[in-house]
Amino acid sequence: MIIGTAKETYRADAALLTTRPQQTWTGVLALVLIALPFTLNDYWLYLVCLMTINAVAATGLNILTGFTGLVSLGQAAFMAVGAYTVAWMERDLGTPFPVNLVAGGLVAAGIGIVVGIPSLRVKGLYLAIATIAASFILHFLFVHWEAVTGGNTGINVAPARILGTELVSYFGLYWIIMPITVLMVLGAANLFRTRIGRAFIAIRDRDISAEVLGIPLLRYKLMSFAIASFYAGVAGGLWAYFFRVITPDSFPFMASVFLLAAIIVGGMGTIIGALLGAAFMTLVPELLRFVMDWASPWLPNATVLLSPVRTIVFGLLIIGFLVFEPQGLAEIIQRVRRFFRLWPFRT
Amino acid sequence: MTPGPAAGAARLSVEDVTLSFGGIRALGGVSFTAEPGSITAVIGPNGAGKTSVFNCISGFYRPSTGRILLDGENIGRLSPPKRAGLGMARSFQNIALFRGMTVLDNIKLGRHAHMKTNLLQALVYAGPARREEEALRQEVEERIIDFLEIDHIRNQPVATLSYGLQKRVELARALAMRPRLLLLDEPVAGMNREETEDMARFILDVKEEWGVTILMVEHDMGLIMDISDHVTVLNFGEVIAAGLPAEVQADPQVAEAYLGSGDPAELMRRLHREAAE
Repeated sequence: MIIGTAKETYRADAALLTTRPQQTWTGVLALVLIALPFTLNDYWLYLVCLMTINAVAATGLNILTGFTGLVSLGQAAFMAVGAYTVAWMERDLGTPFPVNLVAGGLVAAGIGIVVGIPSLRVKGLYLAIATIAASFILHFLFVHWEAVTGGNTGINVAPARILGTELVSYFGLYWIIMPITVLMVLGAANLFRTRIGRAFIAIRDRDISAEVLGIPLLRYKLMSFAIASFYAGVAGGLWAYFFRVITPDSFPFMASVFLLAAIIVGGMGTIIGALLGAAFMTLVPELLRFVMDWASPWLPNATVLLSPVRTIVFGLLIIGFLVFEPQGLAEIIQRVRRFFRLWPFRT
Repeated sequence: MTPGPAAGAARLSVEDVTLSFGGIRALGGVSFTAEPGSITAVIGPNGAGKTSVFNCISGFYRPSTGRILLDGENIGRLSPPKRAGLGMARSFQNIALFRGMTVLDNIKLGRHAHMKTNLLQALVYAGPARREEEALRQEVEERIIDFLEIDHIRNQPVATLSYGLQKRVELARALAMRPRLLLLDEPVAGMNREETEDMARFILDVKEEWGVTILMVEHDMGLIMDISDHVTVLNFGEVIAAGLPAEVQADPQVAEAYLGSGDPAELMRRLHREAAE
């Protein structure tokens, strides 16, 4: 049992990782992340990269929806903005990939600010509808602005280049996707150690009292939209380099729902929640597919029979989480931590 | 412990403020002044317009006519965040804390308007952002948490605290704003006797050690009579009496507003009875 985490300085108490087990496990995680590309086959590496890209977008959405309390169903559309920006810059300007990624994020952030303007007046469901409208307008733009987006046929993206080598394999791409993700998640965690992150939570919890404390609501709501969209834009840019072709249907409206489900399952308003949620939503359907495969010896045409069941099971799992673990996977982690901290006593 | 900021207490003057909602006149020409470094109480029966006055002062309502002066400057048209920047802090009748956050974070939010960390610094959390956060933590710990005796609950989520403690945290958050004028909307409503006495002590301490002008709305007559320097009585949106607590208590009009009959002695008797309970 850990009796307390006594600290001698305020700096030590405000660190991101305050307990020894936390530090140890984070170290283990870092080693695993470095070892992954050397041990996984291409299929699993593909899944890990996809999961990581989703984690960036989900972290952005969590800042907006989980921390600031503004429900958005447009996150995938902002990913598309980032992806198209990267593709266009790669094709017409030939700028290096880090510049393209940042530009993709910034363009998405700019559009995010415009989409966020109604948020001062409308909240909750009404704001969600406004973001849906925005994502359909963007979709229309992707289809019809052919000079930039290539219309329905889409646009091909040249591979990212680093020091003259083209990153085409999943192994190579992992080494740009994972570090960028780690940096962005770290940035999000830092944000909530400062006044800006606190202001976001204040707006979510009680906006009137936030205003009395001198927090200008419109500015902070738009800032939250901008950050969320920036994360989506960068995620979309990574997605573009990963799949190397973008069409208007690459980021369907369902992808926004997918991201919202990810943060709900993972845990709204926690940094780790977005990561767990992205992992759950990306990996569980694949794991279910493996279960189906294992079942096939006993059940002859299992794949044909069970593939619709897979979707149903996935849906049931999500509903199960909403009912039995409304705080999400992050809460399970907290419970496990509490258990080991208090062991051998019980909570 | 170091005393409060040297910025100094502010003088608040409410001059002939009227406020109408449609055809309903909530305030009809209210005037009073809160002197620097004093405790001024606004009392009155339910629906007298006390909270309306508060909302005009803190900027949620815009007065139909009249002026609100903070140190001689008309602030009647400023937004609530602007008024916060001028050193005005308030607590709410029904607690308005951020329920999902810890006590510490709630208090830290009080300093928001005075901090400078921008978005890029926040994402990196190095240099100025880190220094600012650490200075804030130290100030909050040593000046406010110690002062209000809430160090044992600093890391607890606000939602888990008792009503009396939540009120105290709300006072702490208001103090973190380094206010020059503190507006307290029913600071002891719903508290038991012990909590009320604690709060009275803290309000007096804030006045003495921080040198803040305090304006409060309260129903607890015992508290008003004990700690306020000046009392303004509202009824139906108009000032019916003003003066020292003892003067107001002896005013027949006040007795009538509260009791329906104009006998000050009856009011006294009732107050003593309440105090004895």
